[in-house]
Amino acid sequence: MSYAKSTFRHPALQPNALGYDKRAYEGGLSTLCAGCGHDSVGAAIVQACFEANIEPHKVAKISGIGCSSKTPAYFLGKSHGFNSVHGRMPSVATGANMASRDMVYLGVSGDGDSASIGFGQFAHVNRRNLNMLYLVENNGCYGLTKGQDSATTDVGSASKKGVANPFTAIDLCATALEMGATFVARSFSGDKEQLVPLITAALRHPGFAFIDVLSPCVTFNNTGTSTKSYDYVRDHVATTGAIDVIPMQEEITTDYQPGSRHEVTLHDGSVVHLYKGDVELDVTDKESAQAAIRRHQQQGSVLTGLLYMDPQSRDFHQMINSVKGPLRDLDESALCPGQKALDAINASFR
Amino acid sequence: MSAIAAVNDLVIRFANVNGTGSASANGLFAKACFRMGIPVTPKNVFPSNIQGLPTWYEVRVSEKGYLGRREGIDFIVCMNGQSLADDIASVRSGGYVLYDNSKPLDLRLERSDVNFIGIPLAAICRDEYPDLRRRQLMKNVIYIGALAALLDIEFEVLKDLIGDQFRGKDKLISPNIHALEIGYRYASEHFSCPLAVRLERRDLVGDKIMLEGNAALGIGSVYAGATVVGWYPITPSTSVVDAFEKYANRLRIDAGSGEKKFAIAQAEDELAAMGIVIGASWNGARAFTATSGPGVSLMSEFLGLAYFAEVPVVLFNIQRAGPSTGMPTRTQQSDIFSCAYASHGDTKQVLLFPEDPRECFDMAAESFDLAERLQTPVIVMSDLDLGMNEFLCDPLVWDDERQYDRGKVFSQQQLEEMSEKFGRYKDIDGDGIAYRTYPGTHPDKGAFFTRGTSRDPYAAYTEKSEVYIDNMERLLRKWETAKSLVPEPQLYQQSNTSKTGLLFFGTSTASCLEARDQLVEEGTAIDCLRVCAFPFNQTIEQFIAGHDQVFVVEQNRDGQLRKLLVGECDINPKKLISVPLYDGMPITARQVVDHVNAKTRSALVTPLHKQPA
Repeated sequence: MSYAKSTFRHPALQPNALGYDKRAYEGGLSTLCAGCGHDSVGAAIVQACFEANIEPHKVAKISGIGCSSKTPAYFLGKSHGFNSVHGRMPSVATGANMASRDMVYLGVSGDGDSASIGFGQFAHVNRRNLNMLYLVENNGCYGLTKGQDSATTDVGSASKKGVANPFTAIDLCATALEMGATFVARSFSGDKEQLVPLITAALRHPGFAFIDVLSPCVTFNNTGTSTKSYDYVRDHVATTGAIDVIPMQEEITTDYQPGSRHEVTLHDGSVVHLYKGDVELDVTDKESAQAAIRRHQQQGSVLTGLLYMDPQSRDFHQMINSVKGPLRDLDESALCPGQKALDAINASFR
Repeated sequence: MSAIAAVNDLVIRFANVNGTGSASANGLFAKACFRMGIPVTPKNVFPSNIQGLPTWYEVRVSEKGYLGRREGIDFIVCMNGQSLADDIASVRSGGYVLYDNSKPLDLRLERSDVNFIGIPLAAICRDEYPDLRRRQLMKNVIYIGALAALLDIEFEVLKDLIGDQFRGKDKLISPNIHALEIGYRYASEHFSCPLAVRLERRDLVGDKIMLEGNAALGIGSVYAGATVVGWYPITPSTSVVDAFEKYANRLRIDAGSGEKKFAIAQAEDELAAMGIVIGASWNGARAFTATSGPGVSLMSEFLGLAYFAEVPVVLFNIQRAGPSTGMPTRTQQSDIFSCAYASHGDTKQVLLFPEDPRECFDMAAESFDLAERLQTPVIVMSDLDLGMNEFLCDPLVWDDERQYDRGKVFSQQQLEEMSEKFGRYKDIDGDGIAYRTYPGTHPDKGAFFTRGTSRDPYAAYTEKSEVYIDNMERLLRKWETAKSLVPEPQLYQQSNTSKTGLLFFGTSTASCLEARDQLVEEGTAIDCLRVCAFPFNQTIEQFIAGHDQVFVVEQNRDGQLRKLLVGECDINPKKLISVPLYDGMPITARQVVDHVNAKTRSALVTPLHKQPA
């Protein structure tokens, strides 16, 4: 494990359209185990924010407790972060989003945090369709307390302890779909090519975007008997296809086979292009997404990629009809009705 | 037969079945007294139920202006067969029982020492109203009409009230006035009106208003600039958020776009409600939630985070009788411990104790200033009595020049001009309060990681003992600063007049002040102090030091405030005598007087057998 972060960057690396180089999106030195999938997820977040030209300080990182929830310290060092309490990130993110609709909200959680202690909050945050990205780094075990099974551990999977899990696993993507998420995807920390565009698309999606990232725990759950090890996931992965996010008015440059492309236009005019792998999936149809997840589960494979998105998504602030700007910026003149209105209120109590 | 005779001094109780529309009719009675210029205190005694169980509405009319509850029912309106026997038995000798004599009263319920006033309400309504629901509703209005004749309520006042109540639904006005007239006429024709107990117009309420504490908290939060609410329904706190929403919908809609300048989320539970408040406050908005005891238990984890991570929180705790689900529709002040030290580890939370709706309004506004100034949770400790009953109080006042105190927050410009490194938990001013920044303020400066783990002055994680201790000691310095910022206790005498003190807070106030008057009449002088906030400041310590014994009146079994005083102010426990009045009903002056007399008199009794040396 490193104890000092290298500051060297290749001089040929170009800054993004905002003029930020990639370092501006990096964070503190990771204290996770060497080879932890979570560090790859962090790197993908850095890459996605860099490529998407998001101002680093306009991101708010919010997490719960656990290995995954520590990771916001290791990326986007210029952003405010909030490492809250176990399983409660969704409510803190809800409040933060209500206070200001003009920031980018990135919730980072783990399988213990979201599928067990915070399962209630996870379920309900989907319903509100907050404009945020909710990303779970799912390793199927409790890392910080040394390797206990989690609620996403598959039946029959055994971690380092060697005892096969007898209990049903919770599928977070299926849950998110059922609870009302308007963007649902699954990915693998080892598949940067897929993960980076997924994160980019999720950040652009005007509503609640959920990504379940299989992110192996090298220390406790990377065994030959685990279904969340690097080898197992690599051997059993199936993808819904590659995606590209094309901002409005930009030309599509990648060349794919005709007929295999599916387009979803977002509210801001940009287009998500899905180059289909699973031909039976319609990403704008929730039922189709559920069926695809189940079909692959039955086949013993893990379906990754974009599973569902609702192009008609209306976020929380649109649903409640709040003012366009951030509520936190309103001052006395906008908020306080004054004594004259109070006189009328007093009169109504006489 | 004796008959209680009194002008503007009575307790009347209405016994009804809940869900029958009695509340608005009974409210007419209290409001009529108020509009006749007579001080009045109504109390709802209701079940945790929607329809079909007994409910009571008790009104004390007091020309002397005593607003606490008084025991002894002078007049009962019996409209509930289920509770009829108990209701008749509850009246004082010489009192009055208004009942429905459409069917004859069970002989076993008759009493020779009270005055029965039988009105065939069911029969009248059967003849008058073919519609069943209307029959039920109008029965309530008819007995109010009868009371107008019996107790000499000005009929015009009632008519005006009906007009106000049904403004906008004008076609309901004349049928209701007609119902009042039916009752009035029947009573006038069958009884010698008015009775010996009656009302008479006075000019004793001035510009006062009557409202519920929960409404005042909601209005106060609108005025204080709250924009985010996360909440979960629980009796008796729900009407706080209802009121906020009602007035925000009236006063916080953007005139041009029709959009809301507030956001409310009904959460999945109280944990999430508190999480929403913390997230919004951390992100720079004013946010609050309202709950009761069981909700406080659930919020405790988050309250610890907010204390340690130093995030402002405003929490309105409308206390009810515990422990556990307890008596959800009865009042108590029994969350003092669970709030003062909410959460694990060494925590202390700022508490405010309002005595009436006017103070609910003031303290709601103040709680946001304090929470942001101190960057910590502030819990306003109301209760069911104050929250859900109308109180007579001074009108609400807002200074239009008032600016919100948003506390120590570095702006974009301040960060830009800063040459040194930003330290989120650095005590620059020596008052224990560090400067914070809102997310997204500056591209390069001011970002930090908020966490519930221990951290150094620059918000970096640490497990170094000395750094941890420094931070904990700074939080204590902040607590000392809080003592000078929270509301001062209220003293009720220029200087001490007695060796005995009476200390109380919140909704015990009215009855304690009445108890003081009674004790003085009986020849016992007693000095009074009302605690308005925790942390306690020096005035409280001086008051206790200046008296040989101090009675501490509180609405819980274990003397929680007394123990808090003993512990926090390092006071000899023997000096503080607990007066625990916790039966769930609003307390009375008599209860306080009896406790004080029992303790002071027993001290004067010489034992029959001398104690062995």
